[in-house]
Amino acid sequence: MSTVEQASADRGNDKRPWRWHILVFLTPALLVYTAVMILPLIETLRLSLFNVKDGQSVFVGFDNFAVLFGDPRWAASFWNALKNNFIFFIIHMVVQNPIGVALAALLSVPKLRFGAFYRTALFLPTLLSFVIVGFIWKLILSPIWGVSPFLLDLVGLKSLFSPWLGKPGSALIAVSLISVWQYVGIPMMLIYAAMLNIPDEVLEAAECDGVTGWSQFWKIKLPLILPSIGIISILTFVGNFNAFDLVYTVQGALAGPDGATDILGTLLYRTFFGFQLQIGDKSMGATIATVMFLIILSGVCLYLFAIQRRMRRYQF
Amino acid sequence: MGSKALKSLLMATSILATAGFAHAADTEITIESWRTDDLAIWQEKLIPAFEAKNPGIKVKFAPTPPTEYDAALGARFDAGSAGDIITCRPFDKSLEQFKRGNLASLNDLAGMKNFSDVAKAAWTTDDGKDAFCVPMASVIHGFIYNKDAFDKLGIAVPATEAEFFAALDKIKADGTYIPMAMGTKDLWEAATMGYQNIGPTYWKGEEGRAKLIKGEEKLTDAPWVEPYKVLLKWKDYLGDGFEAQTYPDSQNLFTLGRAAIYPAGSWEIGLFNTQAQFKMGAFPPPVKNAGDACYISDHNDIGAGLNAKSKHPEESKKFLDWVASPEFADIYANALPGFFSLNSTPVKMQDPLAQEFVSWREKCKPTIRSTYQILSRGTPNLENETWVESANVINGTDTPEAAAKKLQDGLDSWYKPAK
Repeated sequence: MSTVEQASADRGNDKRPWRWHILVFLTPALLVYTAVMILPLIETLRLSLFNVKDGQSVFVGFDNFAVLFGDPRWAASFWNALKNNFIFFIIHMVVQNPIGVALAALLSVPKLRFGAFYRTALFLPTLLSFVIVGFIWKLILSPIWGVSPFLLDLVGLKSLFSPWLGKPGSALIAVSLISVWQYVGIPMMLIYAAMLNIPDEVLEAAECDGVTGWSQFWKIKLPLILPSIGIISILTFVGNFNAFDLVYTVQGALAGPDGATDILGTLLYRTFFGFQLQIGDKSMGATIATVMFLIILSGVCLYLFAIQRRMRRYQF
Repeated sequence: MGSKALKSLLMATSILATAGFAHAADTEITIESWRTDDLAIWQEKLIPAFEAKNPGIKVKFAPTPPTEYDAALGARFDAGSAGDIITCRPFDKSLEQFKRGNLASLNDLAGMKNFSDVAKAAWTTDDGKDAFCVPMASVIHGFIYNKDAFDKLGIAVPATEAEFFAALDKIKADGTYIPMAMGTKDLWEAATMGYQNIGPTYWKGEEGRAKLIKGEEKLTDAPWVEPYKVLLKWKDYLGDGFEAQTYPDSQNLFTLGRAAIYPAGSWEIGLFNTQAQFKMGAFPPPVKNAGDACYISDHNDIGAGLNAKSKHPEESKKFLDWVASPEFADIYANALPGFFSLNSTPVKMQDPLAQEFVSWREKCKPTIRSTYQILSRGTPNLENETWVESANVINGTDTPEAAAKKLQDGLDSWYKPAK
């Protein structure tokens, strides 16, 4: 055994052996990833520079982008979708992630009973199909058969109920909160895992120094889970700017009322595939997809270069 | 649904598999369709009736699920494996196939004389020269009402706009029933069951529609804004939380007997007959003043065309001639109450509700939905915008005038009427 290693090490000094196994192990994944991710991405980027004229696909440079940002109608729908998407993202950041952290903090309290049950119950919606989530919430919030007007009535607050999903002012918030309800399990689990990784010695040392309860959370635990919160933020960002499914199931492809819940995903869907009498426009669809790609890319780059590098990590 | 889809899939594959073999004795023609629900009607009623009269021709009905039909048919045209008879979607989708040379012109088909120009409009080129599909069925808009509720409250069937709103007031004052079952959540209910239902009365059906296409009238003109003003008045008679009421909610509210009037399309008849436990009646969109001419939306929905590359054009034409015959119309319309034959020879309907709907054709002038022909070719799409704006008007997001202006501006941005 040792002689073989010795021999290969000797040979490595003058000429490294061709480590073909790396290639063998990488190739299948690389092929699959190229076929299902990289090629479609390149094709999308290419398609955004082409348009159909007189039945022929011709290179038009950045004309499609000029239309998307220059034509008042296209620009209005695009900015509306982008604005809604930002609101969608901000609601997730402000509601979903703090709740996820709080739940994780509660779950990691050592004296908690039925912890496994809560953990499972809170994570369960994440495992449900968005079709089911959309359907149940439409029913819960339905002014006709819904359980929410009934429950509000029981406590005498029926006047607070309104058909939230149908009003332009509240529809986006309602849909965002449904999405928060569904996905709150993901930050919870990630933070929970990060909290379990904090060594007991650190916490015991903190207790010896008199740092307990809330101040222990703020001064010891939170700094230690910050990298996880960073990861969650970026996952939320990517997930939200790619979101489509829940809005489509709850509000339909036109993302009504009056485009109030239209986000980039639904705009892309309508443009690319068409809807009802509208025939799909592959070039403009690809243009929107490219802009979405650039938005997400710049968001992720900003995080990687501006935030993650400055983050302090603690080694135990 | 699952087993039906599977069945149709198996059917489709078996046809593809057998397509290569020539049947020495019989010629087999194949029908492409998205109406998987109609498989039984074709196999048990329509095809036997045709084959009995035309020995030597075998017909195979090979449907594809509706959501896949357009794409699958396009692929089969490209591959040259499409069936002989093509079931036609109305307007632009079929027109495109005709322009590509996939559908044959049917100008010389004898049976085409059985149809009026309005009936053929959905499958005719813009200049009106070529017709390429035999109209099979249309759907009619109107209002279905709960007869028991009307009898109990002593309401007569309204004929004018004033009577219509008086009836709604009476139902609302009584409080037992929600006056009208319609929601704006799904958007299209407001546009299709609302705007396109009552609209023809104000823009005078085909006359106004033609003017709109020619550019002589605009959506901001009184005849096109007035239906929105009337829709706005509907708001007070819709159920609590109509903003979040979906299409199935509206159907259920009505069939459970909780609502008195349902702005309807005739395709509901089949479902309502099986679900509602009370007597139902129907009335056409009320006219403005007693004695005015009435207009109904009689919207072409299904047609049948000939694959231009069919290997059996003669047999297929024979079949299309039969589809154009009163006999076909009779079997088809009665098997599917609510999908009315477009044949000029009136069909005797057995279902009373369907009978009521189709009887309006004799006293009212039919038209098709204003947004479907030509006007929905560009971006923004007029039909889709009409969905959004109709819901906006009822929700109070936009005034009727503002909604009309938005629609016209959108149309102006790409549509230049031929001068």
